[in-house]
Amino acid sequence: MNELPGDLLYTNDHEWLRREGDGSVTVGITEHAATSLGDLVYVELPEVGQDVDVGGEMAVVESVKAASDVYAPIAGSIAAVNDDLADDPEKINADPYGDGWIVRMTLSDGLDESELMTPDAYQQMLDELDD
Amino acid sequence: MGLKTPHYDKHVEAGARVVDFGGWDMPLHYGSQKEEHHAVRQNAGVFDVSHMTIVDLLGERVREFLQYLVANDVSKLKDYGKALYTAMLNEDGGVIDDLIIYYLSDTDYRLVVNAATREKDLAWIRKQAEAFDVRVTERSELAMIAVQGPHARELAAPCIAAEYREAALAMKPFFGMEAGEWFVARTGYTGEDGWEIVMPAADAHAVWDRLLAAGVVPAGLGARDTLRLEAAMNLYGTDMDDTVSPLEAGMEWTVAWEPAGRDFIGRSAIEALRNSPNRQRFVGLLLEDKGVLRNHQKVIVDGVGEGEITSGGFSPTIGRSIALARVPAGDYDRAQVEVRGKLLNVRIVKTPFVRNGQIRIDV
Repeated sequence: MNELPGDLLYTNDHEWLRREGDGSVTVGITEHAATSLGDLVYVELPEVGQDVDVGGEMAVVESVKAASDVYAPIAGSIAAVNDDLADDPEKINADPYGDGWIVRMTLSDGLDESELMTPDAYQQMLDELDD
Repeated sequence: MGLKTPHYDKHVEAGARVVDFGGWDMPLHYGSQKEEHHAVRQNAGVFDVSHMTIVDLLGERVREFLQYLVANDVSKLKDYGKALYTAMLNEDGGVIDDLIIYYLSDTDYRLVVNAATREKDLAWIRKQAEAFDVRVTERSELAMIAVQGPHARELAAPCIAAEYREAALAMKPFFGMEAGEWFVARTGYTGEDGWEIVMPAADAHAVWDRLLAAGVVPAGLGARDTLRLEAAMNLYGTDMDDTVSPLEAGMEWTVAWEPAGRDFIGRSAIEALRNSPNRQRFVGLLLEDKGVLRNHQKVIVDGVGEGEITSGGFSPTIGRSIALARVPAGDYDRAQVEVRGKLLNVRIVKTPFVRNGQIRIDV
């Protein structure tokens, strides 16, 4: 597994968030999640403009093996979705932190970073999963 | 920590993601399930199937015993090595397990049954065998691989002892042969040509290395499942089990009704269902909308009733989702499947979906 990008925040559900300059955040799933799922074959994306609550089902990623929900890590509204995933869901496997992004969200409130994990904290959680 | 096959170290060496399967530590994939799938369809892959249960039956009355034990009729087996696919049924006509029977002589047959059903199968076979004075020997000391794909036999042939190689290559589909301490059969679970090879555990590592060096790709249980689904081959415990009749699991072709006087276990139960108007269909589904069909999703046939997907997934060869499903009796060719609260459209198609590298359905 590659080193975690240091500029992202992470969740217990193996999602990542990137803070964009305009106050929005980009969300995807981590390399650990993508690898665990295996080759992705389908991604169900939300509608742009849809409002989501923290922990609400936001997208579904399906691999050859299984379907897995992607939960909203924060409350907000869907500003953009990665339409490229419709034709090429394997972008998530190939580049989970880049081309494999899933949605961009505008936040209802500010970003409470204390609810999220730093790269170090997430790495520690992964290390514990391996034990 | 589960049971380990003789190939286990080779899986770890090849970077396998190991999962529990029926108590065994088995490779799910070695990196990409899809690439392993394509390798089998286009070239050659090797599966460790040592977890499967090999049972040898010896005795003067073995044929008579098997004619009672299984739904197919072993009297069809007249030539040395010929294989027969069939099911053992319980008294209620449910499937105890599906299996392959190889005919070696009138007093010697080899069975290959599933790993996850090992204990109940052995107990059942031993119980039924008592009255026939048949010796039942499990061959758990042996390793078994499946080399599958259009180039599998030519790539695997150099592994076979020179004196048997020519005969092995000349062997027709659905036959097996002894090759010294090995047993080579032109059978498989992928819809491709290839061999299943049984060998002493001591040979397992060297053969594995040699196949990989020849360009054969190691393939895990994940690819095995998508390949068998495309080939519309049933998976025990998923497509059928002790409560399901072979007639409602697409297995009627493995039931020999003739001779009518042959009394195999479960016969009277499944005969009652044979011409019943309520007998459920077992069909292939192609998803016409976007998404992925999964096991246990509900199939809804408008104006007819409901059924269930028994095996669903994504077909790497077709690039669409396919499934096997048990659905209500009736004449229809379209249905809907409930996927996370939405109804998606499916078409009923004639299986197999894929065979010998070719897509066999209209997509």
